[in-house]
Amino acid sequence: MDSLSKLDEVKTTPWAGGREPWSIEYGKIMMWFFLVSDAFTFSSFLIYYGAQKFAQPTWIDADKIFQSIPGIADHGQPLVFVGIMTFILIMSSVTMVLAVEAGHRNSKKEVVKWMIWTILGGMAFVGCQALEWTHLHHVGFWFGQNPATGLTDPAAISAALQPYFTNDISYTAALQFSNLFFTITGFHGFHVTVGIILNIIILCMVLNNTFEKRGSYLMIEKVGLYWHFVDLVWVFVFTFFYLI
Amino acid sequence: MAHHEHTLDAHAHGEGMGVKRIWQVFGILLAITAVEFLVALGFVHHWHIVAKGPALYAFYVVLTLIKAYYIVAFFMHLKFEKKSFIICCSIVFIFIIYFIVLMLIEGGYLLNHLQEHPVYKNSGTSHH
Repeated sequence: MDSLSKLDEVKTTPWAGGREPWSIEYGKIMMWFFLVSDAFTFSSFLIYYGAQKFAQPTWIDADKIFQSIPGIADHGQPLVFVGIMTFILIMSSVTMVLAVEAGHRNSKKEVVKWMIWTILGGMAFVGCQALEWTHLHHVGFWFGQNPATGLTDPAAISAALQPYFTNDISYTAALQFSNLFFTITGFHGFHVTVGIILNIIILCMVLNNTFEKRGSYLMIEKVGLYWHFVDLVWVFVFTFFYLI
Repeated sequence: MAHHEHTLDAHAHGEGMGVKRIWQVFGILLAITAVEFLVALGFVHHWHIVAKGPALYAFYVVLTLIKAYYIVAFFMHLKFEKKSFIICCSIVFIFIIYFIVLMLIEGGYLLNHLQEHPVYKNSGTSHH
């Protein structure tokens, strides 16, 4: 009898049902699951980049291809411009988390201020990326194209690609670098652009008092998660394209 | 419902990110990035003290993972969620580690074994 009555006991453990084991709002969990799946997509891109690099006898030297500061210096300044871009994105991540923090205090004025700074930071980043793409396109890199595309004379091909290599020169390596650079930074830039649009929508909702009426600024947290994820991806893109 | 909102609210206030903590994490991220630039621009590019190679790349990857930890744990607030949620969102990356190992081995194989054989012209005659 005693063991039977134990079966009828109502369990009160977190996973026994009838409660929220994670005590996280549904939409926030779904944002997390989306970001995990998005992380898989970016990982696949970057891992394929690594696999291509390993499969080629030689590879483009980041110190040589990323030497321009658009509008200031055409070459001779390795990694400086991407340093500025990285700083902008980290900065906009901080303003985003400050907006989330202001949301916890239901301070509409501060949320608006930090959201505007975040949007401006995102726009500055995408603008910088557009300048960098323009520069690389100008010197001959593009999807399916490198500075030696169209040349047939081996001496001319190696002369056209020489500025971008430290070790041996390979047309295929330059082509694969170009394809993967524009695909991966493009996919990341697309994410930043979507993030800016989401931030603008949320800012409009804040100004409309939507969250004031709802009594919670939880939506800022959700869009914040997405924004930090975009910054997180950039940390990896920066390492694998610009440092290594 | 009222209870539910209360717990969410208490959670956000109790162990969340204060303004001071936010700038602390920002300082760490900025410092790590500064070290990366010091090494990449200074030690490697200008002064030629460190040569490019696996050890340097490992160093960059470790710094990258530390930065990733600070962004996910503090900015994305994951450190302050329930343990089961943290495990749920992070354990799947075991597959990514497996995929990295798999594809880098594959890349090395392609380099060593597939590029050393030429392609032969097909004359069109067969002996069957």
